[in-house]
Amino acid sequence: MLRIPVSLRARPVILAFLALSFLLDLLSATPSRADDFETSVAKLNDQSFTVKEEAVLELVQSGDDRALAILSALQDGELFSHKKQNNVIVFSQEIDGAPHAIDVLTAADLGEHGKRDLKKITINNKLRGALKAALGALRLYSKDPDTRIAAAKAVLANPSPEALPLVVEAIEKEQDDAVREALDMAQAALLLTNGDAEERLAAVGMLSGSMDPDVWQVLGRAAGQEADADLAAAAQAALASIENQKSVYNLLETLFFGVSLGAVLLLAAVGLAITFGVMGVINMAHGEMLMLGAYTTFVVQQLMPNAIEYSLFVAVPAAFIVTGLVGIAIERSIIRLLYGRPLETLLATFGISLFLQQAVRSIFSPLNQPVTTPDWMSGFYAVNGALSLTYNRLYIIVFCILVFLALLAVLKRTPLGLQMRAVTQNRAMASSMGIRTGRVDALTFGLGSGIAGIGGVALSQLTNVGPNLGQAYIVDSFMVVVFGGVGNLWGTLVGALTLGVANKFMEPWTGAVVAKILVLVFIILFIQRRPRGLFALKGRAVES
Amino acid sequence: MTTSLSTSRGFLFGAMTGRATVITLGLILGAAVLVPVLNALPDGSPFKVPTYTVSLFGKYLCYALLALAVDLVWGYCGILSLGHGAFFALGGYAMGMYLMRQIGDRGVYGHPVLPDFMVFLNWKELPWYWYGFDNFAFAMLMVALVPGILAFAFGWFAFRSRVTGVYLSIITQAMTYALLLAFFRNDMGFGGNNGLTDFRDLLGFDLRSDGVRRGLFIASALALALGYIACRFVTTSRLGKVLIAVRDAESRSRFMGYRVEHYKVFVFTLSAVLAGIAGALYVPQVGIINPGEFAPINSIEIVIWVALGGRGYLFGAIFGALAVNIAKSYFTVAFPEIWLFFLGALFVLTTLFLPKGCAGLLSILKFPGLGTGMGFARKKEAGND
Amino acid sequence: MTRIPTPVMQATAVPAEAPFDISPGAPTMAAGSLLYLDNVSVSFDGFRAINKLSMIIKPGEMRAIIGPNGAGKTTMMDIITGKTRPDEGDVIYQGKVDLTKHDEAAIANMGIGRKFQKPTVFESHSVYDNLLLALKQDRRVFPMLFRLPSKDEQTRIDELLALTRLGDLRETVAGSLSHGQKQWLEIGMLLAQDPQLLLIDEPAAGMTDAETEETAKLLKDIAQTHSVVVVEHDMDFIRSLGVRVTVLHEGSVLAEGSLDQVSANQRVVEVYLGR
Repeated sequence: MLRIPVSLRARPVILAFLALSFLLDLLSATPSRADDFETSVAKLNDQSFTVKEEAVLELVQSGDDRALAILSALQDGELFSHKKQNNVIVFSQEIDGAPHAIDVLTAADLGEHGKRDLKKITINNKLRGALKAALGALRLYSKDPDTRIAAAKAVLANPSPEALPLVVEAIEKEQDDAVREALDMAQAALLLTNGDAEERLAAVGMLSGSMDPDVWQVLGRAAGQEADADLAAAAQAALASIENQKSVYNLLETLFFGVSLGAVLLLAAVGLAITFGVMGVINMAHGEMLMLGAYTTFVVQQLMPNAIEYSLFVAVPAAFIVTGLVGIAIERSIIRLLYGRPLETLLATFGISLFLQQAVRSIFSPLNQPVTTPDWMSGFYAVNGALSLTYNRLYIIVFCILVFLALLAVLKRTPLGLQMRAVTQNRAMASSMGIRTGRVDALTFGLGSGIAGIGGVALSQLTNVGPNLGQAYIVDSFMVVVFGGVGNLWGTLVGALTLGVANKFMEPWTGAVVAKILVLVFIILFIQRRPRGLFALKGRAVES
Repeated sequence: MTTSLSTSRGFLFGAMTGRATVITLGLILGAAVLVPVLNALPDGSPFKVPTYTVSLFGKYLCYALLALAVDLVWGYCGILSLGHGAFFALGGYAMGMYLMRQIGDRGVYGHPVLPDFMVFLNWKELPWYWYGFDNFAFAMLMVALVPGILAFAFGWFAFRSRVTGVYLSIITQAMTYALLLAFFRNDMGFGGNNGLTDFRDLLGFDLRSDGVRRGLFIASALALALGYIACRFVTTSRLGKVLIAVRDAESRSRFMGYRVEHYKVFVFTLSAVLAGIAGALYVPQVGIINPGEFAPINSIEIVIWVALGGRGYLFGAIFGALAVNIAKSYFTVAFPEIWLFFLGALFVLTTLFLPKGCAGLLSILKFPGLGTGMGFARKKEAGND
Repeated sequence: MTRIPTPVMQATAVPAEAPFDISPGAPTMAAGSLLYLDNVSVSFDGFRAINKLSMIIKPGEMRAIIGPNGAGKTTMMDIITGKTRPDEGDVIYQGKVDLTKHDEAAIANMGIGRKFQKPTVFESHSVYDNLLLALKQDRRVFPMLFRLPSKDEQTRIDELLALTRLGDLRETVAGSLSHGQKQWLEIGMLLAQDPQLLLIDEPAAGMTDAETEETAKLLKDIAQTHSVVVVEHDMDFIRSLGVRVTVLHEGSVLAEGSLDQVSANQRVVEVYLGR
């Protein structure tokens, strides 16, 4: 990383801010004792602005954690002296709808106060300037690296010349690489606006490639400068390369959206990959298994209204059990009688789906039910200015991977999985080897349904939970399974991801609905080319 | 030499023989005469059939024709289409476009050419695919052609690639789902969400008049009768035997030299045209066509009409459609909560206990002369197996 | 063998004869043969079902194919009838048609008929209708829609009914026939197609001894006027046919000759006949 020479301290621009240099010297001095801090705070209430300024400097010098909050409040006009309590310096804070005075030193609640009880501590312009510098310095020297980075970014966003010496000083002292990097950027931004030609060019070099929107603004301003053609050109070039990088990140973002859509599709379809893919049962009630999973989430949240944060951890096993049992009941009562008759199975399970929809309508209501999203699922993780990943999508992807791996483990590593594969490959042989095929059928269908229920829990976080939830996903689910190749879990995975990503990449060009239509048309055509999907088994066994 | 089947008795005549056929055609044509006459009775007569009921039953007749179309492909050729609602809806849209053009400048916005929804969406001129729909003959041609061409193209690709069984069912469902999404878009120029409605005239006659309602009923009954005869002709012909052969042993038919895909495309296209005609007659009687008709559930519902009535029996499909829809009209008014339970149970019970539907049950109970369906009709003990 | 008239390109039309795929007059080993397989291989998921298989069937010949399970007998039939495309090799019919370029229907219409191991008849059709559909005819869609049974067809069907001893069962639904009756009906259907080459997969499977004997007799009759390839496990059956035998093993020809010759072959005894 390019370092800017520190010899800049002697420059005339800086000389105008000797007061700040003084401040810097103060900063490097040893912190004073606690009772000095109290005295300094009390001085803030002095009539004289000079004394107040002295107090501000003392507070900065103190190195005390409380200084930042106090000085911020002072700057914002939210610091008061309490007339009825010996003019103690306080914040005012609303507690239970009434204003309470809070001692700035002890953070003790001094009780409710009337409007007239507090006197605002005033500041003038000179003091305001000192405060601003002091606060910037305090933050740059904070013990918390995140605060230091935030302070550096604040400077970058609004590069005012007086901050330069502070930043330069801070860079020298900084030990943390991340913070130093942020400080370097801030320094470059400052130099780009205030340095000489050479420094400006160097600063452009430093800033180019950054993914911070504030940097783009700084560079944009530089690029617009007519006076210095070289600088403008360099800034233009930097911006162009940033644009390139931005488009890469946009691509990554689209990919992320696509993968998360693929994860949703996979969660919706993976249960079907078992019931249809492995068992060959055309389960048109699969969508309703998703729906039941989503409703289970709703019921769980109703039962534990005070622990919504944890509700999903309860809902996942609950949904698995509920839909799994419903699946077993359906298999034993109806589907069992229809093996070998796929079209009849399709119709019967469709009947079941109508039944379940109406049951949910009758028990709950025809309306959508409110399912709460826990706080930890909201918000996003910003990789940089061009790319941020929302937590709910991230969690869906992670959850999807976990579910998929768990399913693979069940199929490959458990006795049930072994029996399942045995029964689906050669029922008669499995039966003659003592496997209770009926029981395996029921458990397999239960597993597929249970997994669908888990998918429903995930969907409840993304879409409306209502009686029609299943209808919206049934076609998609079948498309994914058929596209990926029946009987092949990895095919389902690849199918879901491909369709999700393809959908999201088309959306900017075509709009969401047309993208979806195109994907459907693509699959219809694809099935013509490869009737057995992406990962098809071939050979004589398949034909029969 | 005695010959085996009605095929020897002549083309159309052969298609119209058989007790079930005679009864079915008699009932349809009887209704075509009786219902309009009863409707024309003076008010207050105890036998008066209200116009509302005439249109309701006209709607059922359209559904029956649609069921016939599905039975032709499913019952006779083993193609379970879960997308026939799409052909029905396309026929309906073609008719709807004609009816929209008939409104002329009497719309809310009074535009001489553009339908209201286009004016509302700020369209400046008629999209090219709306040209010609002011002409009744052209519109009727499109009623048959649009579903026919879609079915031909779809079938050509699907059947040539030997997409069969549930895979075919699933992609037909995807087809109608894609169309559903497409027709919901305002940009498509078919009225988006609201579809086409507020019709006024048909061939210059007021759609709301009793006479036109009666006329539409008669037209529906005749279409059903003709559709029935056409299906009967196809299924009793030598081609019909090939269809059944394909249904029962597709690869055997191939090794015998039959180009299975051609037969499938033929029957699928014919079926789609019948469905389109049903849709075209349906729209003026219900007064609206919207994208909801493309919903996959509609297409699956048709299948249950056929399954209940008895697939592989043409009259079974007709009576299945009538029975389920009459039940639906009753239940959705009297017990709206129960209807889906009822329909769901119907699906399950029919597939479990009536695999050949009611018609199959009848023929198992040794009623003679019931069609050429699933092999039960003329089964007799043979050999020492 | 009848003389070959001008080829008809429409495979679905009454085809009579097959189109030229390899330029006529080009010197080829296939000349004069009815069916010529050269160096044919096919794999399924890495498993070589057919491995460099070569074989020649002469016009009018009857040939028996034997071999253990998985030797590639059925796959070979699949290749000849167009169900499976070989990965490599030539399959030439009548010395001029590359069968690998045609599908099942086209190949059937060129005069190659196939009987499956498991009897496959149209179960919901009557015996009569089964034969009617099998009759050699213009199998295109629209002609089929309008054609009525002709006198000639009636006569032909009656002949076939007599030959296969199903005369009393003409109106019976094929699904209710016994196993042996179905086998015979299928052979009858094969004859109705009037093919030049019949591929018959295990005709005696599941038959009583008496039925087996009858079947052998019937096949020998058929062989008078047709070329026939029979796949069979039953050695007595093959002995009663008294024809040249080809032994398949692991997808290629292990031995060829009379039954006595191949029975004496040490390798054949090892892999198939057992000691």
